[in-house]
Amino acid sequence: MAQMPSSDLTAHIEALKTHDCRSIVLCSGKGGVGKTTLTANLGIALAKLGHKTCVVDADYGLRNLDLLLGLESRIVFTAQEVISGSCRLGQALVKHKHETNLMLMPAGNPRMLDWFNPEHMRNLVTMLADSFDFILIDAPAGVEDGFKNAVAGANEAILVVNPEISSVRDADRVAGLLSSQGTFDLIQLVVNRVRPRMVEKLDMLSIEDVLDILAVPLLGVVQEDEQVIVSANLGEPLALGKSKSPAGIAYGNIARRIQGEEVPIPDINAKPEGFMNRLGDFLSTKII
Amino acid sequence: MTISELLNRLSGNKRTSANSACSRLRMVLAHDRSDLSPAMLDQMRLEIMEVVSKYLELDHTGSELSLETEERSTALVANLPIRRVRKLVR
Repeated sequence: MAQMPSSDLTAHIEALKTHDCRSIVLCSGKGGVGKTTLTANLGIALAKLGHKTCVVDADYGLRNLDLLLGLESRIVFTAQEVISGSCRLGQALVKHKHETNLMLMPAGNPRMLDWFNPEHMRNLVTMLADSFDFILIDAPAGVEDGFKNAVAGANEAILVVNPEISSVRDADRVAGLLSSQGTFDLIQLVVNRVRPRMVEKLDMLSIEDVLDILAVPLLGVVQEDEQVIVSANLGEPLALGKSKSPAGIAYGNIARRIQGEEVPIPDINAKPEGFMNRLGDFLSTKII
Repeated sequence: MTISELLNRLSGNKRTSANSACSRLRMVLAHDRSDLSPAMLDQMRLEIMEVVSKYLELDHTGSELSLETEERSTALVANLPIRRVRKLVR
């Protein structure tokens, strides 16, 4: 299917180095932990910081990145046509409505699952490397072929995990697979959908618990936020900053950390509202 | 430590659901990471005991071989209670 010059295993890594581009895959193993939402928001946040950013939808079975970015009606060509040589790279890329530094490389139809392979992904990244500062690849759930394709094009990884027992177990498996691959310069962790009240009542794994178990360096923490669903309804990621929300602020902070800024990770503590919550705050006062 | 954690400790109530999740995860990840099946582990336990029994008399009921995990490394931990040292005939 591929009609491009075949690249060897490291051509994309060289292209990334030459063009000073970072290609980051977002993966989790488990589905529903917020990979696609995080990809969309970090794409927006990095673009806002002035970086030319491309988000690549590598979830060919169940694509959704276009919807979360509000770009579903603007797709003409996809990665499928680019790889098969029936359109140019620039024809498939969709520019974001508000953040002109952000482009989406849409996923083709689910039949791509039958033929797309890691070499295709490496070729795609090689082509993108000279036009972008950041490439964010949204991996599908699972650790099968789709996952292997997605990680093949990256030199960094963000492991997305929820403080839940099954998510942590799956993330550990993914972390093992990533490090055994040996092609990653950096693997970092985002703990997503944290519920501070539950952590406080010791009914949810804390950030420390998760870090202790996974031993992957922490890049950021995002708390559960209803606004995420509202923003998905509208196709306007929270990182656009139209409304101030805890998750939107967290995404912005993560993007700043990605570009190398030192932004402290705040202690996730819920705001006091009413007596019970104030009592909760009193009980969670640090004494040692 | 927070006040609520202190209260939890003082009341001896250590079985919070987060604690259960932590200990279950540690157990299951030790097995996931090492890729050892429980059957293999048990076989290993029997063979190790066979070797050790040449030198020491062991309490077979109390012996246990388990995987423990810390950071990303996994250790095999054997707990073999000794009844007495065998007098070796040289």
